[in-house]
Amino acid sequence: MHRVKVRVVEDALDANNTIARANRDDFDRHDVTVVNLMSAPGAGKTTLLERVLGGLGDVRAGVLEGDVQGSYDADRLASLHVPVTQLNTDNGFGGECHLDANMVRSALPALPLGEIDLLVIENVGNLVCPAEFHVGEDARIMVSSVTEGEDKPLKYPLMFRTCELVLVNKIDLLPHLEFDMERFLHHLDAVHPGVPRMLVSARTGEGIDAFREWLLELPARREVPA
Amino acid sequence: MHELSVSSAVLDTVLKHAAGRRVTVVSLRIGHLRQVVPDSLAFYFELVSRESLCEGARLEQEYIPAVLRCEACDREWDPEDAWFACTGCGGAGEVIAGNELEVESIEVEEAACTA
Repeated sequence: MHRVKVRVVEDALDANNTIARANRDDFDRHDVTVVNLMSAPGAGKTTLLERVLGGLGDVRAGVLEGDVQGSYDADRLASLHVPVTQLNTDNGFGGECHLDANMVRSALPALPLGEIDLLVIENVGNLVCPAEFHVGEDARIMVSSVTEGEDKPLKYPLMFRTCELVLVNKIDLLPHLEFDMERFLHHLDAVHPGVPRMLVSARTGEGIDAFREWLLELPARREVPA
Repeated sequence: MHELSVSSAVLDTVLKHAAGRRVTVVSLRIGHLRQVVPDSLAFYFELVSRESLCEGARLEQEYIPAVLRCEACDREWDPEDAWFACTGCGGAGEVIAGNELEVESIEVEEAACTA
């Protein structure tokens, strides 16, 4: 036996990105726009979807729910009469804390791609790992709620840098908190200068119309790969 | 906390290039912006590589500092000093180093050539 050095020079996430591109090709073939919705646990992703998916008019939406375990979120969304597909990640090492391209690929046969125009992939609640793994999405939206504090962009810069839209949720709670919005937005601009942001309340519906408009305009903005 | 996910991705990449050979050293280049804790990555890599051809392999991690360049005025800076907004003109910084998460090389065992 002797030892040889093998030059590799490959990004460790290349394998994931290759599968993500295959997913994207399948989405494009069906003309489905895909959004990857990410946040910390409890930031209000599902409640936002309950608010926004009802009023999309002619745009037919579907949801892919990523959770470590259970189908609580999928059950909540079922009443909206949009197709919801549950994807559990608990067959990994203690339950994967994020969705990766391969997991989404495994769920493709269960998705009614021919019957929807917009697919929202609700990622596992986590501010770290989901940012690393593209799944074939056209856009990434992250939700940061005001109860999480002003410093989150500085603590999780990768997540805040990797998204196309930031929703600042739970603004109905602002009167009860010491949350300094100006400071939060300053931190947001420090890690992702000028990223589009919307202040919303999934509970009262404030700001939801603007978010819905953004979603409806997304298909026209998305870049179809050459 | 994402070191477990990262180490799994590293292992997959290494095993692909090892092509069935036992791996003794794995050399990585890791950019500052990946927020990887070296000790944590080493811990998880040892865990995920058990019972694979990478079991017991030495993990070498080269740290790459972050460098940003202003898209508007070409100024370069370290985001540790001023995050991602240009200190000169306030423009957005483009990452020119620090995003690496790369398997640079591996060392594998091969049967001695008897020909």
